[in-house]
Amino acid sequence: MNGPIVQPRVPAVPLLAVEDLRIGFGAHQPVSGVGFDVREGETLAIVGESGSGKSLTALSIMGLLPSSARIAPGSSIRFEGREISALSVKDARALRGGSIGMIFQEPMTCLNPVMTIGDQVAEALRQHQPLTRKAAKARAVELLDLVRIPDPHRRVADYPHQLSGGMRQRVMIAIAVACGPRLLIADEPTTALDVTIQAQVLDLIDRLRRELSMAVLLITHDLGVVAQWADRVVVMYAGRKVEQGEPDPLFARPLHPYTQGLLTASPRLDDNFHYSDGPLNEIPGSISSVAGQVGCAFAPRCAHACTACRETIPVLHHLTDGRQVACPVLITEEHRVAAFHR
Amino acid sequence: MPTALGIVIISFLLLQFAPGDAVDVLAGEAGSATAEGMAEMRARYGLDQPVLTQLWAYLSNLVHGNLGWSPRYNMPVTQLIWDRVPESLVLTGAALVLALIVGIGLGAVMAAREGRLTDRLLSVLSLVFYSVPAFWIGLMLIVLFSIKLGWLPSGGAGTIGSSATGVAALLDKLRYMVLPTISLSLFYIAIYARLARVSMIEAKGQDFVRTARAKGLSERRILFRHVLRNALLPVTTVAGMHVGGMLGGSVVIETIYGWPGLGRLAYEAVMGRDFTVLLGILLFSSLLVIVANALVDVLHSILDPRVGGSDAA
Amino acid sequence: MQPESVTQFQPVPAKPSGEPPLVAVPVEATPAPSIIVPLPGLSVPAIPVPAIPLSGPRPRGAKRALATVRRNPLALAGGTILILMALIGLFAPLLFPGDPLAIVAEPFIWPGSDAAHPLGTDSLGRDLLSGIAHGAGVSLRVGLSATALGLVIGVGIGAVAGYFGGWTDAVLSRLIEIFQTLPNFVMLVVLVAIAQPSVTTLSIAIAVVTWPTVARLARAEFRSIREKDFVMAARSLGFGHGRIILSEILPSALPPLIVTASVMVASAILMESALSFMGLGDPNVVSWGSMIGSGREYLRTAWYMCALPGFAIMLTVLALNLIGDALNEILNPRSHEDRR
Ligand SMILES: Nc1ncnc2c1ncn2[C@@H]1O[C@H](COP(=O)(O)OP(=O)(O)OP(=O)(O)O)[C@@H](O)[C@H]1O
Ligand SMILES: [Mg+2]
Repeated sequence: MNGPIVQPRVPAVPLLAVEDLRIGFGAHQPVSGVGFDVREGETLAIVGESGSGKSLTALSIMGLLPSSARIAPGSSIRFEGREISALSVKDARALRGGSIGMIFQEPMTCLNPVMTIGDQVAEALRQHQPLTRKAAKARAVELLDLVRIPDPHRRVADYPHQLSGGMRQRVMIAIAVACGPRLLIADEPTTALDVTIQAQVLDLIDRLRRELSMAVLLITHDLGVVAQWADRVVVMYAGRKVEQGEPDPLFARPLHPYTQGLLTASPRLDDNFHYSDGPLNEIPGSISSVAGQVGCAFAPRCAHACTACRETIPVLHHLTDGRQVACPVLITEEHRVAAFHR
Repeated sequence: MPTALGIVIISFLLLQFAPGDAVDVLAGEAGSATAEGMAEMRARYGLDQPVLTQLWAYLSNLVHGNLGWSPRYNMPVTQLIWDRVPESLVLTGAALVLALIVGIGLGAVMAAREGRLTDRLLSVLSLVFYSVPAFWIGLMLIVLFSIKLGWLPSGGAGTIGSSATGVAALLDKLRYMVLPTISLSLFYIAIYARLARVSMIEAKGQDFVRTARAKGLSERRILFRHVLRNALLPVTTVAGMHVGGMLGGSVVIETIYGWPGLGRLAYEAVMGRDFTVLLGILLFSSLLVIVANALVDVLHSILDPRVGGSDAA
Repeated sequence: MQPESVTQFQPVPAKPSGEPPLVAVPVEATPAPSIIVPLPGLSVPAIPVPAIPLSGPRPRGAKRALATVRRNPLALAGGTILILMALIGLFAPLLFPGDPLAIVAEPFIWPGSDAAHPLGTDSLGRDLLSGIAHGAGVSLRVGLSATALGLVIGVGIGAVAGYFGGWTDAVLSRLIEIFQTLPNFVMLVVLVAIAQPSVTTLSIAIAVVTWPTVARLARAEFRSIREKDFVMAARSLGFGHGRIILSEILPSALPPLIVTASVMVASAILMESALSFMGLGDPNVVSWGSMIGSGREYLRTAWYMCALPGFAIMLTVLALNLIGDALNEILNPRSHEDRR
C-alpha cells in the first residue's frame, strides 16, 4: 500500500463498461447506481450478500431481465464500446450467446429436460454460426471434450437427467463458450454444487478464460473464491457498489465498514464452522431494512455511522491502484495523499 | 391385465342383473313364442346354465374373441362391433385431434396474454365450452348450419347412394363429419386450453427457458423448441385419459347425427334391450381405453426422456 | 357424455419440479461451503432476505376469500345464478302449481308471443317456463344427491386406501382403476338400462361412475397427510383409526375435495340431462334433458323447444364451474400463485 503509484495499463475502451446502472420494479429499485469495467481477459468478481442486486446486474448485461424490470434512464451498459440498450433486437441476440456467454447458479434446472445435451450445445452453435447439423454435432462433441466431460462421443446423446450436477454445469459452460465469447458471465456457478466439484468447475472456467482469451464476470458469495480467482473485485451492498479493488489489498485492508464486516463475519476455514450451521451475529440487521431509506444503506448496521451518513448517500472515493470506496470513515491519509497525487 | 379381467367380471355381473334376457325381448317382439320355443332358444344360447358355468363360458368365449350372439341382429356381437368400430374411431380420433390443436392453440394464446383481457375472455369462453351439454350444442349447430344456413348436412355419415370416389368422396365424408366432430370436441377443447395455459405459463418461467434466451435464440424458436415441448407433456398424459370419455360422449353425439358408430349401436341396443350387445360395447370400449392408455405411455416415454429411461450419474 | 374430467380441471398439471415458477425472483441461495481456498475461508454471509411478494401482501382466510370474489366478479355471477336456480327449483311447485307435464295450451306457441306462456309451449301444449322451473329442481336434486353419494363412496374408499396403504391400498387402487377405465357414460347407460330409471336410480348410477375420481384424489391426500406430524401425534396418543381418519385427516384433506365437489355437481347435471335427452331419464318428472329430447323432432320448425332448456343447463353448469374456479383459488392458493 506504500510506495509510488503504478497505474495499471488500461486499454482505452474496456470490454464492458457499466455506468450508473439502476434497475427498478415499480418504486422498488434493487439496483441503484452500479458502475464497473471489465477489461479484456481479466476476471472481475462481484460479491455481496443475497439480494444485493448481483444477479439483476448480470441479467441486465445479457438483456435477460424479467419483463417487469425497468432500467432507469441514464444507466449505461457498453460492450466493446457499443451501448447495449441501443442495439436492435437482432444485434442483441447476436451478442447473447455470441459475444457474451452466461452460466447460472442452478445447473439442475438450467438445461431443457427433453433435449439431448448435444442438441442443446449444437443449438447455441447454429444460432450464431453457419454450421450444418453434422458439423455442429461434431463441434458439440469437441466442446464437451473441452469442458472435460468424459467420453463425449457417447455423452452427446445423453439427456440432462442422466448427468450429475457438476456435469450439467460443465454442459452449461460448453453452451456458454460455444461461440467463443469475449465475456463469460458466471452467476454463482458453483453455489449449488458439491464442495469437491466447486474447485474443479472454477478451475475449468479459469482455464477456459486463458485458452479462449475471454474475460470473466464472476458473481459469488464466496470470498475465498474471490481471493483465489479474481483479478479485481467489486463489493455490492443493497444495489450499490460500496468498494472495489484488487483482492489482496482489499482483503488485507478493507476500507468500507461493510467489507470489513464481511471479512470478520466470514467463518475461518480452521474453525470448521459454516455459517449455514447457525446464525451469525457479526453484521447486525439485514439488508431488507433498506427499502425507502435515505442516506447510506448500510448506516443502520454500521458501527461508524454518523448523522451525515443517514442523510446523504456517500460518494464514491477513487483511491490508489484503482481502489474505490463509498465511505469516508476508514480511508487513511496515505490513501488520500495517493489519490490526490494521481 | 388384472384391470381387463376386472372389467370382464363387472360386465358379466351386469349381464346377470339385466332384467329378462334377449330371448324375452325377442319373444315379446315376435309375440307368438311358446314357452317351449323360448326354452329351446335359451338352451341354444346357453342361458339356462348355472351362473358360474355361464361365466366360464363367457370367459372362454372372450378369449376366442367371441362376445356372444345378438339374437336381435342375428349376428355375432363381435362382428356387429367390428362393423361399427371404424366410424367410431374416425369420429373420436378427429374430435381428439381437433380438441388438441384448438385447445393447445387457445392455451398458448392465453398464456402469451396472461392476465390481460384476451386471456380473461378466452378463459370465460373455455369455461362456457366446458359447461355446454354436447348434445345441445350439437342440436344448435344443426339449427344454425343445416337448417338456417343449409351449409352442412344434419346427419348421416356420407351422402347415401353417392358414387363419388377419391377426393370427392373424402370431401363428402368431411362435410358430414364437421358438426359431430365439433360437438364432441368442444368440451375437450376447454380442458386442453386451460391445461395448456397453465403448463405454458409454468414452462415459460423455467430456468432452461432463460438458458435458451442466453443462447440468443429467437422468441419463436424458444416457444416451439423449449416451451411448447415441455408444456405439452401434461397435456398428452391427460389426453389419453379422455379416450373413454370421448367414446361415452359419442353415444349421444352419434345418436343425434345418426353416425353409424359404436355409440349409436349402444343406443340402439339400449332401446332394444339387447344387453349382450350393450355389454359387448362396454367391454370393447374399455379395452380401447386400455390400449389408448398404453399408447399414451409409449408416447410419453418418447416425448419425455426422463420416463422409463435409464438413469446414470 | 361429458364424464371424466372432474379432476382434470384443477389447473395443477404434473409439475416436474414441484415448485411454482417465479421468474427471476431470487431463491434463497444455498450458501457456498467455503473450503476451497487455502486463504482464511471467507464467505459472504447469506443473510436471508424475505422474497418480496410481486404484488403486495397476500390476504389471508376470510379476507382472502372476499378479495378473491371482488377480484373475480364472475364467481359472484356464478353464485347468483346458482342461488336463483335453486330458488326457482325449490319454489317451482308454488310458482307454477300443477303438473308441468299437463297440457295447458295450444302447442307450438313461440316464446314471447303469449303473455300467459312467456317461454311458449311445446309440441303437446305444455308450458315451457313451468317445465324449466320444475326441471331446475330435478337437475339440482340429481346433481346434489349424486355428488353426495359419489363423495361418500369415493372419500370412503380413497381414505381407507390412502390411510392404510399396503395390500388394502393395492386392492382398492385396482378397483379404482377398473372403474376409471370403464367409459363413464357407456357404463352409465348400461346401469340405467338395467335399473328402472328414476331420480334415485339415476343419482345412484351417476355416483357409481363418478366416485373413482374422488377416490383417487382422497387417496392421494390421505397418503400425504398421514405422514404429517399431527397425525403421528394422534396415533401415538392411541386414537383409533376411525377417529384419526375422520377428525384428524379428513378436515385437512377437505379443500381439494370441496373444489372437486362443485365440479362434480356440474358434471352430474350434464350426465343426467344427456340421459334424459336420450329417453333414459325418469319418465315421471320433467327434466331439462327430456324437454330437449322431446323437442328434437321439431328442431326444424320450433327449435326454441330445444334451445331454452339447454340454455338453462348451460347457465347452471357454468355457474357451478365458476364457483369451482373461485373455490379453487380460495382453497388451493398455491396453484394460483402465478395467475391473475
Ligand atoms: N422479478 C422481480 N420482481 C421484483 N423484485 C425483484 C425481482 N427480481 C429481483 N428482485 C429484487 O431484486 C433484489 C436483488 O435481486 P438479485 O437477484 O439481483 O440478488 P442477488 O444479489 O443475485 O442475490 P442472490 O445472492 O440471492 O442471488 C431482490 O432482493 C429482489 O428484491
Ligand atoms: Mg443471484
